[in-house]
Amino acid sequence: MNKLLTVSPSPHVHSDDSTRKIMYRVVLALLPALAWSVFVFGIDALRVTVISVLACLAYEFLIQKYILKIKPAINDGSALVTGILLAFNVPSNLPWWIIMIGALAAIGIGKLSFGGLGHNIFNPALVGRVFMLISFPVQMTSWPVNRQSGIDAVTSATPLGIIKEGIANGTPISEISQKLPSTLELFWGGIGGSLGEISAVLLVIGGLYMLYKKVITWHIPVSILATVGIIAGIFWLINPEVYISPLYHILTGGLMLGAIFMATDMVSSPMTPRGQIIYGTGIGVITISIRLFGAYPEGISFAILIMNAFTPLVNTYVKPKRFGGK
Amino acid sequence: MLKTFKPGGIHPPENKLSADKKIQVLPLPKSVFIPVAQHIGAPATPVVKRGDEVKVGQVIAKSSSFVSTNIHSSVSGKVKKVDFSEDSSGYPKQGIFIDVEGDEWTEETDRSEELVKEFDIDGPEIIKKIQDAGIVGLGGATFPTHVKLVPPKGMKADVLLINGVECEPYLNSDHRLMLEKPDEILVGTQLLMKALNVDKAIIGIENNKPDAIQLLSEKCKNYNGISVRPLKVKYPQGGEKQLIKAVTGREVPSGGLPIAVGAVVSNVGTAFAVYEAVQKNKPLFERVVTITGKGVGNPSNFKVRIGTATSELVEAAGGLPETTGKIISGGPMMGRAIASLDVPVTKGTSGILIMKEEESKRKEYIACIRCSRCVSVCPMGLEPYLLMTLAQKQIFDRTEKNRVMDCIECGSCSYTCPSNRPLLDYIRYGKGKVGQIIRSRKKE
Repeated sequence: MNKLLTVSPSPHVHSDDSTRKIMYRVVLALLPALAWSVFVFGIDALRVTVISVLACLAYEFLIQKYILKIKPAINDGSALVTGILLAFNVPSNLPWWIIMIGALAAIGIGKLSFGGLGHNIFNPALVGRVFMLISFPVQMTSWPVNRQSGIDAVTSATPLGIIKEGIANGTPISEISQKLPSTLELFWGGIGGSLGEISAVLLVIGGLYMLYKKVITWHIPVSILATVGIIAGIFWLINPEVYISPLYHILTGGLMLGAIFMATDMVSSPMTPRGQIIYGTGIGVITISIRLFGAYPEGISFAILIMNAFTPLVNTYVKPKRFGGK
Repeated sequence: MLKTFKPGGIHPPENKLSADKKIQVLPLPKSVFIPVAQHIGAPATPVVKRGDEVKVGQVIAKSSSFVSTNIHSSVSGKVKKVDFSEDSSGYPKQGIFIDVEGDEWTEETDRSEELVKEFDIDGPEIIKKIQDAGIVGLGGATFPTHVKLVPPKGMKADVLLINGVECEPYLNSDHRLMLEKPDEILVGTQLLMKALNVDKAIIGIENNKPDAIQLLSEKCKNYNGISVRPLKVKYPQGGEKQLIKAVTGREVPSGGLPIAVGAVVSNVGTAFAVYEAVQKNKPLFERVVTITGKGVGNPSNFKVRIGTATSELVEAAGGLPETTGKIISGGPMMGRAIASLDVPVTKGTSGILIMKEEESKRKEYIACIRCSRCVSVCPMGLEPYLLMTLAQKQIFDRTEKNRVMDCIECGSCSYTCPSNRPLLDYIRYGKGKVGQIIRSRKKE
């Protein structure tokens, strides 16, 4: 025998799964919602997504190559996912330069300043989103009308915005709800809103695909939705004239998008099922608190970012059940 | 619902290429190298010297303490030298080189194939015979069997578990043995039960071996107290603690031995060896070895004399394929890559796996994305991602606190990691360091 054998420690086989494959599965799961968005908001939705994705990839490449001076790793798929998720969180009529700034905040501040893939404390897409929301509140909250809704206008408020404003003016829910889209419309996506958040059903389909492919587990989405549902339900039962129904809360706004795609970001969420339930419950409590009592109509982005900050703490104190006790 | 263990576990492709190949007897080699350390514990002391004539089954190295075993000659012939040579660990180990002449066995060994069912012998005598015959755990751990059969003071076994799981991909030696020597295994099991003074034995077999489950279940009816428990296919179910959990639901405490929950586990191969030792006066000098791999011309199962070079097995299975990149002693999950075909078959060699070049190299690893798969597959409830980082950063107090010593090195974490991270490599390093720290603490 004249050639050398490889000698390495066990195990000698690998599952053949890869981080890249996981990222592409997430992209695949996002496609139905993206397609729907292009259908209802037109080519603008595609424009925003393309700009966001290209900007994220470009920043990742440039910063890694010229500032960090490491081998660029844009083909791992993570910047692509961040790009799509960032686009999903903005109105489809957002000017290109705001998207570029948001993408820089997401990739530059949210991800690479912490050390890149796997090291970021906060979900990069949400860092970008909140950065834009605070810096450009007007552009970030004037949503184009859903073509399917039959409303004759250019922009409209979201259902949660209408409720918040109505309640602030002392209007009872029964009156506000005449101006609101129906629960069914929320479910299939006949409403205005950020690019990727409008169709609950397509987001759920994407989530089920990720669940099937074991990209995510049920713990985070279910604990978020259940917490929001239960707390909203309690308030609704106490006074349905001031608080809208829990189902409406679950289906509207970015809750589905946040619960299924943003909060489940592997890097910034806890490692154990128990930790994930604590994290999801925390997100649910903060989200519904902001929605019911806060200044913003919508709270999921802030809730996820706040709980992201708790993830290391949760990982430190919530350990898996050890085999053999104690 | 079939039983299995919790938590964790994986299901790698089974690749049982030689599952339907009958056990063949490998032709006698021209020479053998028999290491004196083939077991956990102290190496045996050689009792032969250059030029001595030896017979098959003769003691050539004597057990040097309680946790040690005798080593017997597997061939007849002349001792060439007592010297060092590489074994599967990759290090030179002391052993006895013998040039084979004929095949002359010691007189007391019963060489017939006839089944001997009845025995009239008490527990201590059985244990004595097992100890003399040099029997160790043949599943791969090679812990001296007689030590297991003498529980520490105050502890008592109430059940014997026979491990027929064979959860490692590719390997078939236990499977074939169950199909071809079921009665012998069951008699061996009864002997072990008697030695332990228990009245219950359960044979755990994964349900990817339905033929073995059926055959042994049928045969069990003739043996009091023995039953078969089919198990769901899941790696590492053949791990002692996992098998106990799967079959009895009991959890061996951290740092404890199976006997702490009243269980003793023996491999089916060990039960067979016990049968041969007690009923046939035959010490442990041969075993069944699977030789397999995707490029191997003729994957097979052979009965091999201990000390036979790996190259002999490879020749018998059709020669070394052109595509070979790695040769493993054992299975792909826990086996050891060997650097030379001169490495001898020892008591713990359950198989030789030849991997192709393209299967041999690891892919480059990237950052941990905290997908938590390593945590969910860990059968010991550990956090491999954390242990790796702690070991890498040499923070050994936290490595210890996070229970690195509980790791059974099954490799499920490294297998699963989508970022190809060498989790187990670093955990092993951490275990080594923490082990040193614990030992030096005890000395103080």
